[in-house]
Amino acid sequence: MRIEFKIIADLLPNNSRVLDVGCGDGTLMKFLYEEKNIDVRGLELNKENVETCISKGLSVIEGNAENELGQFPEKSFDFVILSQTLQAFYNPVTVLDHLLRIGKASIVSVPNFGHWKVRTNLLFFGKMPETKSLPYKWYNTPNLHMCTIKDFYELCEEKKINMEKIIGINNNKTSLIHNNNIKLKNLFSEVGIFLIS
Amino acid sequence: MNYKTENIKRLIIKEPLKLECGKTIKDYPLAYETYGNLNENKDNAILVFHALTGDQFASGVNPVTKREGWWDVAIGPNKAIDTNKYFVLCANVLGGCMGTFGPKEINKETQEPYGLNFPVITIKDMVSAQKSLLDHLKINKLLCALGGSMGGMQLLQFCASFPDLTFSAIPIACSSSHSAQNIALNELARQAIMADPEWKKGSYGKNKSLPKNGLAVARMAGHISYLSESGLQERFGRKLQEKADYEFSFNADFQVESYLRHQGYSFVDRFDANSYLYITRAMDYFDLTRQYKKGLVEAFEEQKTKFLVISFSSDWLYPTKQSKDIVIALNASGANVAFAEIKTDKGHDSFLVKEPKFLTVIKNFIDSSYEVFKK
Repeated sequence: MRIEFKIIADLLPNNSRVLDVGCGDGTLMKFLYEEKNIDVRGLELNKENVETCISKGLSVIEGNAENELGQFPEKSFDFVILSQTLQAFYNPVTVLDHLLRIGKASIVSVPNFGHWKVRTNLLFFGKMPETKSLPYKWYNTPNLHMCTIKDFYELCEEKKINMEKIIGINNNKTSLIHNNNIKLKNLFSEVGIFLIS
Repeated sequence: MNYKTENIKRLIIKEPLKLECGKTIKDYPLAYETYGNLNENKDNAILVFHALTGDQFASGVNPVTKREGWWDVAIGPNKAIDTNKYFVLCANVLGGCMGTFGPKEINKETQEPYGLNFPVITIKDMVSAQKSLLDHLKINKLLCALGGSMGGMQLLQFCASFPDLTFSAIPIACSSSHSAQNIALNELARQAIMADPEWKKGSYGKNKSLPKNGLAVARMAGHISYLSESGLQERFGRKLQEKADYEFSFNADFQVESYLRHQGYSFVDRFDANSYLYITRAMDYFDLTRQYKKGLVEAFEEQKTKFLVISFSSDWLYPTKQSKDIVIALNASGANVAFAEIKTDKGHDSFLVKEPKFLTVIKNFIDSSYEVFKK
């Protein structure tokens, strides 16, 4: 299981109610249910993934988060998770608003476009960056709205979203991100995980 | 169609049932069949609701028609719904014609079939009758209840009426309220039956005359709606029926015509025309939102059941949108729900045919539910 999932799991209290948006094959969901007795539901676009999840006994709904989050009532979950998907939506801000409406809190992770490897890729080679967390060509990337950790931080500030905790991941090591170290962390973190409310 | 009652398990339900139409029935028969064995803890029971033209003989060979049970593809030893492991229960619906109280039942007062004197029944009435069967078998909670099409509609009603009677539920290719298109197609079928001079306002049967032509046309119309455009095209295209060229007549030149005629006329041997009228009427009256002031969300309030809603991509009779509406309402009421649309070109009938993805999903869902429920 990716380290990111372990970090997300650590942020969640036992026995809570969680919605995993874009839950993939349900790896994180199964872990949360088995290890933390979390009542977890999922939303997933890919048919094969949905069938895999249901076969594991997970309650996953086939659907597109872009236009199907409206069906979940306000504050119906303790936490809503969105792992590295925000940048793939046509309207990331609308999705973000829904996450915060549905959950008492939300955990959003973003692949960091401000990582030094990304920056040097473009600076020295003049090519669209391809890295571990961004393994796509310019023409087949699902990512429509790439952002950096700093970009997302500023969006949260602008929208007056409370950032309870920010964690950066670099080479499977984690560190806390705050106002004082964000410039540096924005250069060295591959992924940023935001606990927001 | 005649059956020998010794082939049929019939429970006489003594308790009066007040129907939605206002009339009350009592001491009426409910025909049912079971497969597999109920275990000691009584935690392996699965209730299957059948669709419009189904009956209680879901698995194996139907002892009356001598044909394969309508869901033999899904139910049986080592099948998706494994009867080595589970106890499967299926009852003929109220208004049906396989032993349950229906319009061809003999009215003791007149010594003639009820015909149109049979009360108009609803999906809710069907479900209430089947609840009596569970009481009779002393099953307090089912592992799973499932059904497709009208079976799915019964299931939704069952869950709304009895929120804690089944651990899990699989409504398949159905709707929480019959659409205008659904009603229109049913009306077409009813009009075909009633237009047959042999129907005689429902009092056919004397001198062995039956509204065969009307019922066959009704079945043909129904059958078209169960298949998809691409499914029909792929299977039949414009292929001719055992001939090299057009006959320039109204005989069945095309294979698809021959197929429809076969479907229509083989149906009349096993189904009662008045039953067809009553059951399609029950489907048309079905509207779960009508029963609850706040609509579907209220219908599913206090649900403890774990749902798996399934639709089929090529089903135009009960399209995915209708299943999604059910999912949305379940979600809004906080119920535990999963949803999958199975990609297939087999149309509404997908749940009745060998559709491996569908069968795998229901198998895994039931098996994983059992692992949780049996603890």
